[in-house]
Amino acid sequence: MIVAVASGKGGTGKTTVTASLAVTWPGPVMAVDLDVDEPNLHLFLKPDISGIETVTIEVPEVDEEKCTYCRACAELCQFKAIAVMGKAIMTFPEMCHGCGGCMAICPAGAIGVTTRELGVVERGLARDLIPCVTGRLRIGEAMSPPLMRHVRSHMRAEAGDADILIDAPPGVSCPAMSAVADSDVIVLVTEPTPFGYYDFTLAVEAFTPLGKPMAVVVNRAGLGDERVYGFCAERGLPVVAEIPYRRDIAEHYSKGLVLAELDGELSARFGALSRTLKEMAKEGGHA
Amino acid sequence: MREIVIISGKGGTGKTSVTAAFAHLAENKVICDLDVDAPDLHLLLDPQVVREGAFHSGNEAVIDRERCIGCGTCMEMCRFGAVDADGEKFRIDPLRCEGCKVCVAFCPEEAIDFPSRHCGTRYVSDTRFGPMVHAQLFPGQENSGRLVSELKKEARVLAERMGRDLILCDGAPGIGCPVISSLSQADLAVVVTEPTPSGVHDLERVAELCDHFRIKVAVIINKHDLNAGHTEGIEAMCRRKGYVLAGRLPHDTVVTEAMVRRQAVTEMDGENFGRRVNEAWTVIQGLLNAH
Repeated sequence: MIVAVASGKGGTGKTTVTASLAVTWPGPVMAVDLDVDEPNLHLFLKPDISGIETVTIEVPEVDEEKCTYCRACAELCQFKAIAVMGKAIMTFPEMCHGCGGCMAICPAGAIGVTTRELGVVERGLARDLIPCVTGRLRIGEAMSPPLMRHVRSHMRAEAGDADILIDAPPGVSCPAMSAVADSDVIVLVTEPTPFGYYDFTLAVEAFTPLGKPMAVVVNRAGLGDERVYGFCAERGLPVVAEIPYRRDIAEHYSKGLVLAELDGELSARFGALSRTLKEMAKEGGHA
Repeated sequence: MREIVIISGKGGTGKTSVTAAFAHLAENKVICDLDVDAPDLHLLLDPQVVREGAFHSGNEAVIDRERCIGCGTCMEMCRFGAVDADGEKFRIDPLRCEGCKVCVAFCPEEAIDFPSRHCGTRYVSDTRFGPMVHAQLFPGQENSGRLVSELKKEARVLAERMGRDLILCDGAPGIGCPVISSLSQADLAVVVTEPTPSGVHDLERVAELCDHFRIKVAVIINKHDLNAGHTEGIEAMCRRKGYVLAGRLPHDTVVTEAMVRRQAVTEMDGENFGRRVNEAWTVIQGLLNAH
């Protein structure tokens, strides 16, 4: 089963929750960081990296000997990645989405394949027990979805019998949606502040049409206002855990430590949360 | 014309609270929220919409079931896994469709339409701190750099028309497409970070992105008293990389209190936190003038 930890607003505690679930999960579990722009889960789970795989996409390489400057490629390309001007053809590989259209449509067979690096996938083992997979976007690379797609397409096979915990990117646009698309349950981490509340409502709007069970974790409880709770009640969203607003928690986090291991009470709380989510995912998976 | 973009790499470091305070302190500017995915600046600035418009970004493929003969060419050619079998025929998942037009071009029956994609709404508004350009994507839409570029263009036109010499932008988290677009033409990137492993890690990546595009970087360390070791580490990084340390802000609930009251933190507190933000703004103004 797959549990995705997401949020609208960044910095609400997605990674804190994912890391704490990973160390308290009942049974084998794999932790996957799909926030490829800014992956952070490894900073807390600290896996020993055993392999780094470079991920690329196919971009065009034109053989000017064969090119007839017919413009078919440039007219098809929706991303301004290939241009023909008179008797000159230019490619802009950083604009290319890797759809392969230019290669397929060229009547002269003049467009071959080269690659652009999207980033890497790091694999490792935390605590000799928890397999960790991290997608890491190359700095300067604009497109995160194809790298995320690569990680997602392999994670089920790699996990085997283990459950999968996904640390999703922030926001509610395409990358966040694709990170939760495979999950059996979505955990939304929010905070009871005006920013947290507003972005949470966006996230609920975005994820509801997926028809997956959703559970809410309220972080920094006691800070701000109460509207997050009212919205959850109205939408029938269960608040499955609260993490109190405490300075010692923020300091613990700043040391790169896992919140579930701060004290026995938090450990028990995350243990219970893990069991609740596993139950929800089981039901969601059968639904 | 000067343009500042406030970014963070990591979300939740205080980017928007700092932007709102700078919007309060800066004179003669246009404010621009470039976090079109999860925008929050409007919650503090209470914009009164003057003008709004639809935002369209690219196109999407839609299979006409009547004309589809179920040959499967679209599915074979789609590199994004966006085509699903639908009985004997096929359909496109709009979430996965990149709008590349390959299926449209190769469908032997010309059964695939390619309408433009309506992704959200863009606004020009008035606020108590001056004019503001902002937008809201519909949930689940592609967060394209295209919308960010359009907002920046709109802000620039507005600033020129109104004789304003500064564009103050709240950026998006991350280092991908929307952030890259927000950095184009910027004179200065202000990175708001925090002394945590994630804050440091994400600052390194987003500042390297700025270096890649040759954008000058200033750093503000929020919640600096949370972890002295990481704060020192960030300061050392700034010295090593030539980033300007514009300020250190304490861990203070006044930021949330101001948020609850829908105010910029400098409107509420001129003493501790507010004074530090004010000092940071003075440093940033100096950088802009020296530019």
